[in-house]
Amino acid sequence: MTPRIEDLLRELSPQVLAVLVRRFGDFDLAEDSVQDALLAAATQWDRDGLPDNPRGWLIQVAQRRMADAVRAEVARRRRETAVFVRDVPVEAAGSDDTLDMYFLCCHPDLPPAGAVALTLRAVGGLSTAEIAAAFLVPESTMGQRISRAKKRLAESERPFADGAHDSTRVSAVLQVLYVIFTEGHTGTAGAGLRRGDLSAEAIRLTRALRALLPENTEVTGLLALMLLTDARRAARTGPHGELIPLTEQDRSRWDRAQITEGLRLLTATMPAGLTGLYQMQAAIAALHAEARRPDDTDWARILQLYRMIERLTPNPMIILNRAVATAMVHGPAAGLAVADSVAEPLSRSHRLAAVRGHLQEMAGERDAAVREYQRAARQTASVPERDYLLLRAARVRAGDA
Amino acid sequence: MKFMLVKTYSEAAHCDIPLPEWAPEDIAAHIDFQRALGEQLAAAGELVDAQGLAAPDQAMIVCSDGRSAPVVTDGPFPETKEFLAGFWVVDVDSVERAIEIAAQASAAPGPGGKPIGEYIEVRQIMSAPDVA
Repeated sequence: MTPRIEDLLRELSPQVLAVLVRRFGDFDLAEDSVQDALLAAATQWDRDGLPDNPRGWLIQVAQRRMADAVRAEVARRRRETAVFVRDVPVEAAGSDDTLDMYFLCCHPDLPPAGAVALTLRAVGGLSTAEIAAAFLVPESTMGQRISRAKKRLAESERPFADGAHDSTRVSAVLQVLYVIFTEGHTGTAGAGLRRGDLSAEAIRLTRALRALLPENTEVTGLLALMLLTDARRAARTGPHGELIPLTEQDRSRWDRAQITEGLRLLTATMPAGLTGLYQMQAAIAALHAEARRPDDTDWARILQLYRMIERLTPNPMIILNRAVATAMVHGPAAGLAVADSVAEPLSRSHRLAAVRGHLQEMAGERDAAVREYQRAARQTASVPERDYLLLRAARVRAGDA
Repeated sequence: MKFMLVKTYSEAAHCDIPLPEWAPEDIAAHIDFQRALGEQLAAAGELVDAQGLAAPDQAMIVCSDGRSAPVVTDGPFPETKEFLAGFWVVDVDSVERAIEIAAQASAAPGPGGKPIGEYIEVRQIMSAPDVA
């Protein structure tokens, strides 16, 4: 390219961009289109010579690119969002396609992070930029993650599941939706404790899935669990984003409408018996929701539910939760004994130390409680949790907890 | 121009008591100060990123020759004072402004509300040369 063309393009590019942004409003798309037009100009003008009106030429080419992109985007949105996400009646045509999209995006061959991103994009209709922002990673990283996931699916022999009611595929989908929800509810690291938009998105997607599989008690159970947990959102954090534990939350700030809906959904699953993991976890959340004051909590029933969950999935985190319920029913010493039984698998988890701190505090062992809280503060990767644990330790030490 | 303001686990000029041993209200004031500083930098359009790092006893050191399995050494490590505690990345007009922000961060309140005089390292982030 001659220096003259190069200079001319550099001079014209912001002017062309301004025209497009004014006309279409979308800055990102305008920028991309202008880049395309500049590229076309660079090769064509070099070969054929300058057009009579270079600026007009560039505007016209960029505008055409932009119109194409907008058309493609609108079509994609219509395909992905409108068809799949709107509350489709079960018998409507295309509902099986939607279910297939859930199954495809939550394919067992995909790593969880890829499945989460793909679900949010293809079923949820979120843009790569929105997903990247929700997970606090650069857009290019998320773009790569999504395209790697797509490539992996392309390599898979039969990416679409044939049996729409295949229960292992359903449970993979539920797991992905739950990951999206908990990411929004707790946040894995960083300054913000929760990213509400992700939780809301997970609830919306689970609702849509339930419209497709109304008879599946685990789908309904998961939706109930999400609603009952999310109902506590406003009370979970103080004015500066600091964590407030369940027992100290202002329960008048819990969302009664969400609680009512969650309880109604959970009750609807009960005639089939208490069989599923999400259903049982929702039952625990329901017992917390129904207690007007912390002292009213039916800990004996919660303890029983944790035992049931443990029989289905003997996972150390569940046992740690049982330790808390045990302490509430049989006293802190009994709770500590349960916590000690998972000391080894959870040695790197701040939750173990936090629970032990809490139980030591209950037992009146202030020095031990301070040590455990401080250990938990060192182990957590969440800023609000660290701040909470440090303050808790300081208060116990000062004797004003 | 971008700068990284680096915090380490070293003692501060005017405070040698580790934070976990402060009074609860002093810890709360310190946390509030850090939060306010972050909000102020964000509002000024100068904040690029600010992160605290999990404690060094959670750190791991990895060494690999690219062929055999990597050697992973778990903490805690003896020279904890050398460990990075967190950082701000700011995009400011001048080195003077970066120093000003670091000075503000350094004067975070400690026990009794007195500034602790934390040592904040200021490093310019290198970038591609400007093609004007």
